[in-house]
Amino acid sequence: MANVKLTNVKKVYSNNVEVMRDINLDIQQGEFIVFVGPSGCGKSTLLRMISGLEEISDGTLEIDNQDVTHVPPSLRGVAMVFQSYALYPHMTVYDNMAFSLQIAKMNKQEIDAQVRRAAEMLQLTPYLDRLPKALSGGQRQRVAIGRAIVRRPKVFLFDEPLSNLDAALRVATRMEIANLKESMPDSTMIYVTHDQIEAMTLADRIVLLSAGNIEQVGSPLELYSNPENVFVAKFIGSPAMNVMPCVIESTGERTAVKVADKFTIQSPIASPTEDNGKSGFLGVRPEDLVMVQDGDAALLEGEVSFVESLGEATLLYVHVPGVTDAVISKQQGTVNIHKGDKVRLTALPEKLHLFNQDQQSYRCL
Amino acid sequence: MVTSKKGSALTMVVHATVLFLVIMWTIPTAGLFISSIRDKDQLSVSGWWTALSSSEQKIVYRTPDADSEIQENGLYVLRGNLLEGGSGKVVKFGISSLKPEAFEPGTETQDRRDVTFKIMANGDYEVTSEKSFRRGVRIFYTAEVPPRFTLDNYRTVLNSEGLGQSFINSLTVTIPATVIPILIAAFAAYALAWMKFPGRALLIAGVVGLLVVPLQMSLIPLLTAYSKIGAIFGIEAKGYVGIWLAHTGFGLPLAIYLLRNYISGLPGEIIESARVDGASDFVIFRKIILPLSFPALASFAIFQFLWVWNDLLIATVFLGNTEESLVLTGRLRELLGSRGGNWEILTASAFITIIIPLMVFFGLQRYLVRGLLAGSVK
Amino acid sequence: MGQLAVAFLTMTLGVLTCAGYFYGSNALLDVIFPSKNRPPEVVARNLRIVNQVRPWLFLGPALLLLFFYLFYPVVQSVILSFYGRTGEEFVGLDNYLWLFQSGEFLESFRNNMLWLIVVPTLSTFFGLIIATMTDRIWWGNIAKTLIFMPMAISFIGASIIWKFIYEYRSGGDEQIGLLNALVVFFGGEPQTWIQIPFWNNFFLMVILVWIQTGFAMVILSAALRGIPDETVEAAVLDGASGLQIFFRIMVPQIWGTIAVVWTTITILVLKVFDIVLAMTNGQWGTQVLANQMFSWLFQGGGDYGRSAVIALVIMILVLPIMVWNIKNANAEMEGR
Repeated sequence: MANVKLTNVKKVYSNNVEVMRDINLDIQQGEFIVFVGPSGCGKSTLLRMISGLEEISDGTLEIDNQDVTHVPPSLRGVAMVFQSYALYPHMTVYDNMAFSLQIAKMNKQEIDAQVRRAAEMLQLTPYLDRLPKALSGGQRQRVAIGRAIVRRPKVFLFDEPLSNLDAALRVATRMEIANLKESMPDSTMIYVTHDQIEAMTLADRIVLLSAGNIEQVGSPLELYSNPENVFVAKFIGSPAMNVMPCVIESTGERTAVKVADKFTIQSPIASPTEDNGKSGFLGVRPEDLVMVQDGDAALLEGEVSFVESLGEATLLYVHVPGVTDAVISKQQGTVNIHKGDKVRLTALPEKLHLFNQDQQSYRCL
Repeated sequence: MVTSKKGSALTMVVHATVLFLVIMWTIPTAGLFISSIRDKDQLSVSGWWTALSSSEQKIVYRTPDADSEIQENGLYVLRGNLLEGGSGKVVKFGISSLKPEAFEPGTETQDRRDVTFKIMANGDYEVTSEKSFRRGVRIFYTAEVPPRFTLDNYRTVLNSEGLGQSFINSLTVTIPATVIPILIAAFAAYALAWMKFPGRALLIAGVVGLLVVPLQMSLIPLLTAYSKIGAIFGIEAKGYVGIWLAHTGFGLPLAIYLLRNYISGLPGEIIESARVDGASDFVIFRKIILPLSFPALASFAIFQFLWVWNDLLIATVFLGNTEESLVLTGRLRELLGSRGGNWEILTASAFITIIIPLMVFFGLQRYLVRGLLAGSVK
Repeated sequence: MGQLAVAFLTMTLGVLTCAGYFYGSNALLDVIFPSKNRPPEVVARNLRIVNQVRPWLFLGPALLLLFFYLFYPVVQSVILSFYGRTGEEFVGLDNYLWLFQSGEFLESFRNNMLWLIVVPTLSTFFGLIIATMTDRIWWGNIAKTLIFMPMAISFIGASIIWKFIYEYRSGGDEQIGLLNALVVFFGGEPQTWIQIPFWNNFFLMVILVWIQTGFAMVILSAALRGIPDETVEAAVLDGASGLQIFFRIMVPQIWGTIAVVWTTITILVLKVFDIVLAMTNGQWGTQVLANQMFSWLFQGGGDYGRSAVIALVIMILVLPIMVWNIKNANAEMEGR
């Protein structure tokens, strides 16, 4: 079991396309790290670089304090669970799990013991003699995990392992993976997904990537409550945070901004004086936007253009004059609001997010 | 599907058309097969489509001479059966070549020398004369012979026409020339599909280009090279090893192309997974690629088998035309020249040459079709 | 039988040599550049070397054979075309001059062009028709198998089959060739079909069409089945008739496949010589390039120069297809 350290890691393809720029990341032993980001952000590439399936163009990768930048995959002590499971279709479940050990020329009893232990752990014992095609999707997934476990790797790598499962099975398998991690607290796991719920529920720390860069690293709640920039703010949380352009009217310990030339909003966030008068962005999560009665102070006012009733909550799409995108407000339960109604919305000052013109959060400056 | 009157009429037309086309396409082979098991005398006088009906044959029969005559009541008598025990019946007979169909069976007639002829429908004859026969007399008759099927033609061609030897030669050429390229091509195809090295794209383009190079381009330089190599080692330039390698070389572009298409279509994650599991390329090839590529290997094997078995050009050029070395196709060609009119020989020989490919075809058609599709459909 | 045993033994030996080469060379590579029990940086370096060498071990035998049997001969043939009958004395462009003045060449060339037009067209046409129709009837697969069957028959075997059909009996004898029997049945005069100038070419082409239709049918049938049902259903809803659906919806979607079938048969046509050799050996105006090349190879002790020049013509005719294929393959590679 080991730590993983990436220093100035880069990936450049032969046609000079840079897909990973200067990645620095320190993963502790026993951590469950999730790489998340939109498709094409490079999260799978980064995982494959750690596994050794993709070459690292520049920078260094250390596993267990050893430089493995140019070491082939099989000698890095990593095991990988693939999106398509990549089970060997012509081998039984047993042989699938035993394959890597046979290649390592381990003796037969030891292989048998390892395979049976892993099968027991994953409730695969009754299926050991079956071919992968005779298994359900969830069972195949477990075989793929079992294949990783038997190798006793330093680092487990998961490449979107749940994306081929249907919704119900995905939830169940997600919990199984969480349990697995709990039963192996010392093993380091790196997990790639595009699904933020998976990321939020599984991760000790999330690494949010976009376009070959790390946008933010932190615990799930840190990313939710303290996004460093507009990208992170909008990526984490559903529905996405409302982010509106604004003009900064006063700076200092507290900052005042004006949205849509009309609504002046005070927030307890500090900002540097040189930004006074510049443009910026105000963010507020839909679940933080509550309706207020006429007469009470409101942050925003507008007309409801669309209502989505989800049962446990109701989403209001509010057209605020001067703001291009509809502002979304998430109300608990059902509310008696209809299209065309005027609503007034507010939020607690400490729930507001403020970003400068470069989309960086003032909280983190 | 909506069924209407018009629809069902159309369906009938489709059925009829396909039936017609199928008959058009099968009749040539059927004719060959039926002809090859017909009696050679019948084959040469009537079309194979009449094989099941009786045929009329005009035959000249010469009776035995004086040795077998017997004396009865002071007359010399020759008895016997025109059909020599075979089945059939005499329809007409005659005693001169000018009028071979002059008399009905059962009647009696005399020639100028007072020899009496009596012929029955079943072929029994009685020839009577007052003087001893010095030599046999001729009887002309027309017989209606029932259809006769026989394997005699096959016996003849296998034993005396050298088909048996050629059959063995063909097997000797075909089997190694099918197996060797598979192994060589499979390794190359794996390298071209999943290994990274400079010049890979160029090599693939090269293979695609060589796919269509006409064999004719290769013949002369190879003939020259073979005789030079033969001279250096003091061996015969034309031999089996030479033709095996030639078929291997000519078969490789298709083999590599087919197998590469298939192997590169295997899921990449399986190969990566094996790589993470610590397998080297050689182990991956042996334990993962070979078992998974079985359908493609089978397809190519069938292709190559049919191609080598049916080849005439390479065999003629690299194996030669001597009696011992002729393969089946070469033998057929030779028979066409020397026995051009003997259809009983040609049909039986042709059928022997096509029977193995037809068996392969009907037995393994599934793989053949799959290979064809992999080879040509993008 | 003894010969078969020897052949089997040699085959086993050949296969073992082959397998032995691959196994041995790979094992040797692992011994020279070990990847176990060495310091990591040595292992890393060794593995890099191994990964660079191994593709060439895998490719080696194939490249060697391809070079010796296909690449080198093409180059050598081009050179030989400038040399005399034994391939030793340089004659410049003589062979080319001879070629263009030779009546036989012009005849072969004309016939080849006829073959190139007729055979691929008819094979593809029949193949398409049969593929479409057999997909609609319950015994379609049996029909397809029977029409596909001639694929397994050698050209020379097929030639005998068809020679038997074209057989001619003179005088009042009963015709045993099917074609003449039919002609007589309908009251015509029997003919020696393969000796009728010009038209006899078509009687030879029939044989190749008979063989190749099955190939076209199999491929086109698969392509037709690959057409999404929705497009046909949409056309039905749009009120298109059966023929309109076929020509305006289905055929355009399999255009690429039709082109592939066409070119494959075209290449085959250029190379086929067995049929002409067996049926007429080029007599009665049926000579084609491949057979002419073959004749010059052996005729009168053989003339390598002239033979090479004819082979070169065939190669040049194939060249456009080769370029097109390579282009397609490259486009496909880049798509991956």
